[in-house]
Amino acid sequence: MAGRDVVFRVKRYRPESGGKPAYQEYRIPYRDDMVVLDGLNYIKDYIDPTLTYRWSCRMGICGSCGANVNGTPRLTCGTYIRDVHKGTVTVDPLANFPILKDLVVDFDDFLTKLASVTPYIVREESGDLSKEFLQYPEDVEAYRQQSLCINCMLCYAACPVFGGSPGFVGPAASALALRYIRDTRDEGADERLARLNTKSGVWECTFVGECSVVCPKNVDPAAAIQTLKVLATTRHMRRLLMPGAASR
Amino acid sequence: MDRTAHDIVIVGGGAAGLRAAIAAAETDPDLSIAVVSKVYPMRSHTVSAEGGTAAVLRDYDSLELHALDTIKGSDFLADQDAVEFFVARCPKEIIQLEHWGCPWSRDPDGRVSQRAFGGMSVKRTAFAADKVGFHILHTLFQTSMKFENIHRFDEFFVTSLVVDGGVCAGVTAIDLRGGRLVAIVGKATILATGGCGRVYEFTTNGFIKTGDGMALAYRAGVPLKDMEMVQFHPTCLPGTGILITEAARGEGGYLINKDGERYMERYLPSKMELGPRDILSRSMIEEIKAGRAFEGPYGPYLGLDLRHLGASTIDKKLPMVRELAEKYMGLDPIHEPIPVRPGQHYMMGGVSTNSTGETSLPGLYAVGETACVSINGANRLGSNSLSECLVFGEWCGLAAAQHAKQRVAYPRGTAAREALRKEETRIFDGLMGRERGKETLAGVRVEMQQLMERDVGIFRDEAGLSDACGKLAKLRDRFGSVGLADKDRVFNTEMTGVLELDFMLDVAASISNSALNRRESRGAHSRTDFPARDDVNYLKHTLAYRTDGMPRIDYSPVKITKWQPVERKY
Repeated sequence: MAGRDVVFRVKRYRPESGGKPAYQEYRIPYRDDMVVLDGLNYIKDYIDPTLTYRWSCRMGICGSCGANVNGTPRLTCGTYIRDVHKGTVTVDPLANFPILKDLVVDFDDFLTKLASVTPYIVREESGDLSKEFLQYPEDVEAYRQQSLCINCMLCYAACPVFGGSPGFVGPAASALALRYIRDTRDEGADERLARLNTKSGVWECTFVGECSVVCPKNVDPAAAIQTLKVLATTRHMRRLLMPGAASR
Repeated sequence: MDRTAHDIVIVGGGAAGLRAAIAAAETDPDLSIAVVSKVYPMRSHTVSAEGGTAAVLRDYDSLELHALDTIKGSDFLADQDAVEFFVARCPKEIIQLEHWGCPWSRDPDGRVSQRAFGGMSVKRTAFAADKVGFHILHTLFQTSMKFENIHRFDEFFVTSLVVDGGVCAGVTAIDLRGGRLVAIVGKATILATGGCGRVYEFTTNGFIKTGDGMALAYRAGVPLKDMEMVQFHPTCLPGTGILITEAARGEGGYLINKDGERYMERYLPSKMELGPRDILSRSMIEEIKAGRAFEGPYGPYLGLDLRHLGASTIDKKLPMVRELAEKYMGLDPIHEPIPVRPGQHYMMGGVSTNSTGETSLPGLYAVGETACVSINGANRLGSNSLSECLVFGEWCGLAAAQHAKQRVAYPRGTAAREALRKEETRIFDGLMGRERGKETLAGVRVEMQQLMERDVGIFRDEAGLSDACGKLAKLRDRFGSVGLADKDRVFNTEMTGVLELDFMLDVAASISNSALNRRESRGAHSRTDFPARDDVNYLKHTLAYRTDGMPRIDYSPVKITKWQPVERKY
């Protein structure tokens, strides 16, 4: 495969020069073991230093380098060109977010939503720092899947509900809410479920399931949201039937 | 906003920076703490740490033994008082993280599990599968959201320290989105920007590891300590440099050559694959030189063989190793050995500090990989670095909080305004005004990386090092004519790339000159022309000071408490 070229079609948007987002094409030398991020880096270093995108770890864990590649949200560091290119590789910024410049989008809204689900252990007593809270391997297993979220935002880019209704708390923040609810050390389920049992909470989800399809870490936020709907309903029913009862 | 004032300004949002922020925030809700990071904090490079965090948690272990392992691993260059301080505080940090929700892997009795690691005499490394850095970072980041007095400046690129009358008074930074320079003024400033792996061509480090904090301190007259002590990790994927954790060997993995031989038998039979990283990396180079390595498209490599561990251990304890090998090498470690070779991984050296992170500049602190206390001396043991970020992160945060409380008034605005004017001229008038010509950002950067790789790598000698020092000085001149194509102010990553290269050239010069001047071999610093350790002349820390030419090299004594230097034998 060496010696061949590949064409990258990259969406450009530069707020200071005005104009609408438009594609620009670059032809770059191709190797079989190149990921999409390698292509972007080649362009930045040797063709067009103005091309703007985020990246860091290049090993699928920092969550910086998401983009829509041929229409699908992906980590560019984990997407081999050989798996996606049909003549050209089209790279757009992650859908559903405001574009700051080229492939760089604004995620601040997610951080506000993450903070809104109380993403930390809530306990009345802070505990004795001379010993750990015991947790059995199966206790860790109960929230392990949701704890693997790298906040890469591919799920938000894939979610048609978030696209149409930006206030929706969304897949990753919901999965992380469930992560803490399922943690045996935590006592904050009630406040999280109250927050998620609102108009902008889990009920907006129509179970399209695209979030789980694109998730690079198999967090399965769609399933997390369905679980949260059940928990929120149970909590609601319990409060109706037994006013003043404990949350869990 | 072109000026904002806080009690504490923390540069960097990784494990060290966030741990410091939380420690300071907890002491007093009235303290205002700024966390300034060039990336969203959860992107920080802590996220890539894999194998674990060292702490004495079991009856079979002792603080004394953790200290001795660390000091011996350091080839007796660690300050022993700092090591004793460190090991005593590691256990509490594991528990603290546990209380904050870190998903540590557990034993059947419900306690935090511990695994074997290189150079540690017993199982002492706590872990959360093999995504320990990721879990620690996200636990700290999410926990930090609890504190209303922690104010984040996400995607602000720090360009300089503000110094007022010999006291550090905060930083100047570019707000990447607004494209504007701002002064973030503080009574105390903490540098927690991590390492500088990107000065090398082949490194496990992420793109953002460009030595920013080291260079910022260095430019303000603070010495960089032991910069010649560069750790090369033995197991990195050829081509990309992606790290395969030492936990793979901690769980029982073998290193093999092309004859299928566990070649460590030849170099370190007492420890085999669980020797310290400096010895393992050198042994790999010896195997390659002897012609016993595999050959691949990216040069010679050795094999990391996990096949005998079985699918269940690999999936439970090393899921990320499997994920990385499948994704980036196209092979399944359950059935095939993983190709590996040594690559730059960590800086033992850094901004010279004491145990509470204080530097020689009043009001300025440093912590984590950016700093050199030193507990790591000439070679760090795997899993001591996350513990270092936590232990010293807390103490540095507390010390900065105390300093800030004692200083009633915020620093004057004059120095900040002056610094802003200077940076505006340097960056937006000077650098941004230069047209793109023969010298390019990528051109100079790649040359620096290649020469560091060739001449300041695992084995070094006088000729190579002095050549590197000379060439780096020439690259510094050429850097002066690197121009920019991107003239926009908003999110200009070509400009930040040039500023990062500027930092890296300073840091690279400090590394190569410190290495040239240490005419002995100790820990990770292996001089082929001076193969023996020389305690008479070099049982001391190197201090590199910035000048307009080559760095000025000085030395300071190593603190010995109860472990007299002896030959480092395993």
